[in-house]
Amino acid sequence: MSGLSIEKLSMRFDLPGGGSVQALKDVSLDLKEGELLSVLGPSGCGKTTLLNIVAGFLAPTEGVMTLNGHTIKGPDAERGMVFQQGALFEWMSVRENVGFGPSMKGMPKNDKAEIVNHLLDVVGLQDFKEKAVYELSGGMQQRVALARCLANDPDVILMDEPLGALDALTREKMQSLVLKLWKETGKTIILITHSVEEALLLGERLIVMAPRPGRIHKEYRLPFAELGVNSDLREVKTHPDFGPKREEILNMIWDMEEEIMGTAEADA
Amino acid sequence: MTGLIVLAVYVGIFVASMVIFTRIGASIRDYTSLKTVTFGDESAVRPNRAAGIISILTLFLLWGMFTGSSLIPRFLHAPAPFVGLTSFEYTVAASGQQDTATVTVLVHDREENPDLPVVDDGDGIAKNDSIKVAQYRSKLVPFDKNDDIKKSDGAKIIAINGKKVKPGSRVNIEGGSVTISDKGTPNFSPDNGLQMEPLYLPSPEAVIERTGKVLQEGFRGTSLLGHLGWSLFRVIAGFLCGAIVGIPLGYAMGLSNWFRGWFDPIVEFMRPVPPLALIPLVIIWAGIGETGKIILLFLAALWIMAIAARSGVSGVKISKVHAAYSLGASKWQIMRYVIIPNSLPEIFTGARVAMGVCWGTVVAAELVAAEKGAGMMIMVASKFQNTDIVILGIILIGVIGFGIDMLMRGAERILVPWKGKG
Repeated sequence: MSGLSIEKLSMRFDLPGGGSVQALKDVSLDLKEGELLSVLGPSGCGKTTLLNIVAGFLAPTEGVMTLNGHTIKGPDAERGMVFQQGALFEWMSVRENVGFGPSMKGMPKNDKAEIVNHLLDVVGLQDFKEKAVYELSGGMQQRVALARCLANDPDVILMDEPLGALDALTREKMQSLVLKLWKETGKTIILITHSVEEALLLGERLIVMAPRPGRIHKEYRLPFAELGVNSDLREVKTHPDFGPKREEILNMIWDMEEEIMGTAEADA
Repeated sequence: MTGLIVLAVYVGIFVASMVIFTRIGASIRDYTSLKTVTFGDESAVRPNRAAGIISILTLFLLWGMFTGSSLIPRFLHAPAPFVGLTSFEYTVAASGQQDTATVTVLVHDREENPDLPVVDDGDGIAKNDSIKVAQYRSKLVPFDKNDDIKKSDGAKIIAINGKKVKPGSRVNIEGGSVTISDKGTPNFSPDNGLQMEPLYLPSPEAVIERTGKVLQEGFRGTSLLGHLGWSLFRVIAGFLCGAIVGIPLGYAMGLSNWFRGWFDPIVEFMRPVPPLALIPLVIIWAGIGETGKIILLFLAALWIMAIAARSGVSGVKISKVHAAYSLGASKWQIMRYVIIPNSLPEIFTGARVAMGVCWGTVVAAELVAAEKGAGMMIMVASKFQNTDIVILGIILIGVIGFGIDMLMRGAERILVPWKGKG
């Protein structure tokens, strides 16, 4: 069985002052190979917790996860991760950062150099190969992070708000790049984001999560990612379905936020 | 008194040069110079180069002025102590008679021992006297020694230079002052001027001359470089031992609950204990030899390095560690390629602090007991009142401490260019 399968995942942990938090409850999800899933939700809905569990950084209290038939236990090179920012190794050059995964596996130098060169071409950083990562702009750094993740040829790529800290223009370019890479490599991708537009553009499937306890509230299948692969993202945004979908999801999240505020006030 | 005058001159030079140089400066027109808000904007405050140079020159100028240095023109000297001949008259009253005689005073350099000035007796019941006195000293004048009527016979001084006096009063004369003691004997004190006695502060040229001498002859059987070399050797040996133990200890504390729990109380307790407070115990345990000193410096460096390594580990962003695991790194690879490089800037900062502390501690330890070393040199010199060697030693200790810090900074720039860029 290929693909990622999550079954009845729950996560509950004790607080230091007593009491406990139900971060996730009965989250089930099946992801076929090559699917692009974006995850949206108000803050505190457990989307980052979910991603950390899939990455293997956290152990769920209940539930099973399998990838291509075997159970996920801890972090592994088969599940690559792209973080928001600051996860590059600033003591290494761009080339060394991208080649980190292959180096850890002990890949021969020539093979590694080939992979690194190819990926630097793909993300357009060939000229910055020997630069230190802290000399690059935020957008370039995220391209390095993408290339570093791809160099390891993972089965699943997990993205935790990878474009969250970028300015609007850079963000748009990066969204196109993510789509392009998705199509070219055929990787399974889970993308967490705060931006409804981004979730719509970069999600074949989109799930909206609800808080308290964190759970899947609604799921969509969307045509925009497929459209965006071949055309300008700004054109995609003019698609007749795009605006109404965005409004619908925004209202949904807005209602959830209001509910949280309401209970918070009631608690106080 | 002299201190206040030195301070006044210093402040005077500070204010005067500030007024002059802040008017003329500002020829550079870079971005910062165009800022209008500079008060409160720390980044707009840059050290004024002229101020730096004048500051150092002023220190040497003051040193020269108040020691009468031959390196600066004479008119800049603070008033010098009086040297040479002076005299005063005293009037004696005894058995209803009065007479006046002259005391000739020779004030001489402390190093010299001249003959008494020769004077004729003069007439009357009081005869002329002569005395000699060294600079910065004073002397009672046995005026009645050659007089016809002695003090024991009722002779009494009633005036100095025509001014009426009684026991306790004081008369200023040229080149000094005369005080009448309780028993009626005049006491002459020469004018000390405002310069420092060489015993307290030798002139710059005396220090330079002594430097040449110590460089050639050494001090107490060891050359000057030998003394400094021994101190440096102890610092480096102690620091290296401290780093070799402290860095792995800090890593262990940053990576394992058990190590953290076990060593936290020890490290947190030892950290605030000044290494100087350990000197007596170390001397009791290990004696005053090299072992004791290196143990002391080891203890001085150990906690600093352990804490630096520990905070280096805790400063690793968790996303970097997660990223490395997701890229397939093993624990050992995480250590080698993520934790160690990420903690190097912290460790360098710790090493700089530790070297500074070690340098201070070694000098103090040598002050207490040592046969060689910079601290021993100044301690022994002070016992023999060789103030010039003390000053020489202090300058060299300062220069070396500064040099160590500069070297460490340079090494930091070259070895960990990613510092603060994470």
